[in-house]
This record gives sequence, structure tokens and C-alpha cells, in this order.
Amino acid sequence: MEHLLKTPLYPIYEEYGAKVVDFAGWALPIQYEGIVQEHHAVRNTAGLFDVSHMGELEITGPDAIRFLDRLLTNKISSLKDGQVQYSVMVDERGGILDDVLVYRFQEHRYWVIANAANRVKDFEWMQKHAEGYHVEINDLSFKVAQFALQGPKASDILKAAGGNAAEPMRFFQFAETLQINGINCLVSRTGYTGEDGFELYFNPEHAITLWRLLLETGRDYGLKPAGLGCRDTLRFEACLPLYGHELDENITPFEAGLDWVVKLNKPDFIGREALFIQKENGVPRKLIGFELQERGIPRSGYEVHKNGNQIGYVTTGYYSPTLKKNIGLALIDTVYSNQGEDIQVIIRGKAVKAIIVDTPFYSKKYKK
Amino acid sequence: MKVIEGYFYSKDHEWVKVEGNLARIGITDYAQDTLGDVVYVELPEPNSDYQAGEAFGVVESVKAASDLYTPVSGKVADVNGELTDSPEKINEDPYGSWMIAVEMSNSSELNELLSAAEYQKWCAEEG
Repeated sequence: MEHLLKTPLYPIYEEYGAKVVDFAGWALPIQYEGIVQEHHAVRNTAGLFDVSHMGELEITGPDAIRFLDRLLTNKISSLKDGQVQYSVMVDERGGILDDVLVYRFQEHRYWVIANAANRVKDFEWMQKHAEGYHVEINDLSFKVAQFALQGPKASDILKAAGGNAAEPMRFFQFAETLQINGINCLVSRTGYTGEDGFELYFNPEHAITLWRLLLETGRDYGLKPAGLGCRDTLRFEACLPLYGHELDENITPFEAGLDWVVKLNKPDFIGREALFIQKENGVPRKLIGFELQERGIPRSGYEVHKNGNQIGYVTTGYYSPTLKKNIGLALIDTVYSNQGEDIQVIIRGKAVKAIIVDTPFYSKKYKK
Repeated sequence: MKVIEGYFYSKDHEWVKVEGNLARIGITDYAQDTLGDVVYVELPEPNSDYQAGEAFGVVESVKAASDLYTPVSGKVADVNGELTDSPEKINEDPYGSWMIAVEMSNSSELNELLSAAEYQKWCAEEG
């Protein structure tokens, strides 16, 4: 673990029973008490995640909007101050370089939240394409720590911890200077679990204090420390894509079903031409959800077959703790991607029957 | 970490309980704790033949699938089908959750396995 990057919470992981693993070069807790218990805590009460490994890239300058609208597929110019937007960044072929959240502070100042594994690549891509734009790009990742407080009780817990002002905040909005017991936090009503919740960004020096404060406050509400293991099962059930699985440089946003983040009516952005052509011609592959009809657990990378021929592969698969079913996401030939279609997943050399089902697997109605 | 005196242990974290010429095989407390919540188990048909060190089944936690290896050679005399329906029993009671019972074809293979104390030491080094 010595060579790995560490979050400011690393010194106290052990105290909470964390099992620490290498994730994208970071020493992070895969679990504390257990993946399934933590998963249920987030669905039923609340969970607290240390996600300080996420990258924060700050874009400032008079050309910030124009620059981001050139680099990202979504329409940055439609954002208002205090709003958050999901987007992808693609290359000239339309392949996804990363999926990001964009925070607009003011017209000339934004944060782009990058996946830890892509932070350096994103930063370099931005630098490379900044010529001719009056913008400055700063990597704030090591000056900003991040927690995610997720679950139906998240709002109550944040209020009880002193973050009263968080209450009126709507989904995908943020407050830049929320005081939680004297600690200044940027708080957004966002998350990666399919539940209501918040993401908190703050100075790393407060990480341990804030962690203890939130867990103590949340104890009566059923709040538990939650690791990356359940973060993955939770986001998977809600069909939120994970870079390196549902998204990568050889997958376009249309194949991944992210049509809603691609604004082809923007005059120009990197990858627009390739995506425009793909939209016209139709996608060769599509991301679908499936449910196994026989015993077995589908895993990432397993082949998907139809009539004895490979038609794609599993991008993520699990025994779903909430639905108690063996389900998966797969990228397969569009021809076979209709709901109700029978497919086979190859598990240890054996073809196991599956059926294509509606996604998301899990969807909860909460305040938005 | 719990071990049981008198059982044999493999470095792959299986335990063997010897009853005459029958070897009952399961996974250790250390193994179940390392795996986390077991959500799926695949076991062989009775009468299958295995050589020591061969994979006879699969145990899957939320995160990953791991092969199960038989520490002794022989024919599968009995399979614990209950685990297929309730794989969580492996977490709750690893030494009570035998997976297969093997009619040993070469009981001298037991000499290659670890005692409870040796196994504990092995885990300490691995952890």
C-alpha cells in the first residue's frame, strides 16, 4: 500500500474496520462492515463514503463557457450559477474519454469532477485543446477532499449536523459555502447510488473531524461508513455507468444510452461529426440490462452469445442485493438488443440463459 | 480467526474433516472472512472424480468468483445441497458448512496438509 495515493481519511480507515484495496492507484476501502450490510444501509437509511480520490479540475476565465462547450457533449451554456450538469468528454471519433459532473460557480468559473483514473488524462486533454481560449485550468484534486452522504436519511443527517441550508437545495444544485459545525463545505445534491443524497467538498485538513461528526450525528438515523464495494453495487442497480466498464474510449455515448447528454444542436464540439454520423446511421451496439434465467452470476468481461455466436460482453454483473436477482449490463449487437430477447451468458464455459429486461433495474422516487 | 483442532487445512484455505475413509471438505473461517458475503455456490454432481488440487466448484461473493480446490483425491460421495439455496451459511458457520464428502483414494495425501496451528501461522504470514 506504500506506493498508493492516500486520502486524508486514510489514517483512520482501520479504526472503522476498513478493508483497503488499490483502486486506480489509490488506497481506498472496499468495505467496512460488509458490502451487503452497507448496501442496505444506503437503500434504507444512509451511508457515508470517502470519495476524496475523485479529481477536481477548475476552469476559469472569460472563455470558460465556450471552452467547455467545445470539450464536452452536453450544453454547458444552459447552466446557471449553483447548478450541476452531467456530461461526457469524447475524442474526435466520439469515444468517451471520461464522464464528469460540471459545477458552475459563476459565468467564468467551473469545476469539472473527473474519475480518479482519468484525472491526469483529462487535464492533459484540456491543456492540449486550450489554445486560443482565454482560460486557466487548475488541478485542485489534492486541495479538495470529498465525502458522499447518501440515502433516504441523508437530508435529516445533514440538517442535524448543522447544515440547515442544505434543505431547500434541489437535485443537481449546490451551495458553495455551507457551514457544517464551522467547517466550510461545498455541498451538492448529487450522488452515485440511486438514492437521495449529497456530495460534500472541503479542505482535506477537516476530513477526519467531518467524518467523525457526520457518523456520530447519523448514528441514530442508521448511518454507516460505506465502501467502494457497495458504491459499485448501488450505482449498478440504478444503471449509472462506471468508466472502464459501461464507458471507455471505444464506446460512444449513443452506444452507452447517454443520448440525453449529447447536444448535437450545439454548433461545434470535439467528436460532434463522428457522433452526428453515428446518430444518422444508427448504433452498431447498445448497452442493455439482462436477468439470468438459470443459476450463476454474470461478471464483467463474460461473453454474451446468441445462437452460438458472440454478440457482445458483460460490462458489469452482480447478484443484486436489493432485487435478489442475478443481473447484468452488457454491450451487444443492436440487432439483438430488444427487450424480452433471449440471450446467453458464458459462465465458466457454459451457456447460461438470460433475458433482456427494462433498465434501470432499480429506481426510487425521491425529491428532485 | 477460528480454526478447529484435529481438522486438516490446505494453503488454499479449505478444511478437511476425516471420518474413516471419508473426507468432508469446506472453506475456513479465514476464507469466508476474506471473501465477504457469499452469495452463490456451485458444487459438483455426486460420483465425480477429482485429483488433489483440482477445482471441484466455485464460491462467489458480491465482488468475485473463487475456485474451490479439493485437497484430497477421490470420488464425491455426497454433496451439501443446502448450501446452494442458502450460501450465506458459509459465512455464518464455515466449519459446519461442509461442501462435499470425498471417498479418499489416497489417504496419505493428508500428510501434505497443515495442522490447525500450522494453518494459523500460514494465514498470519499471508495476511
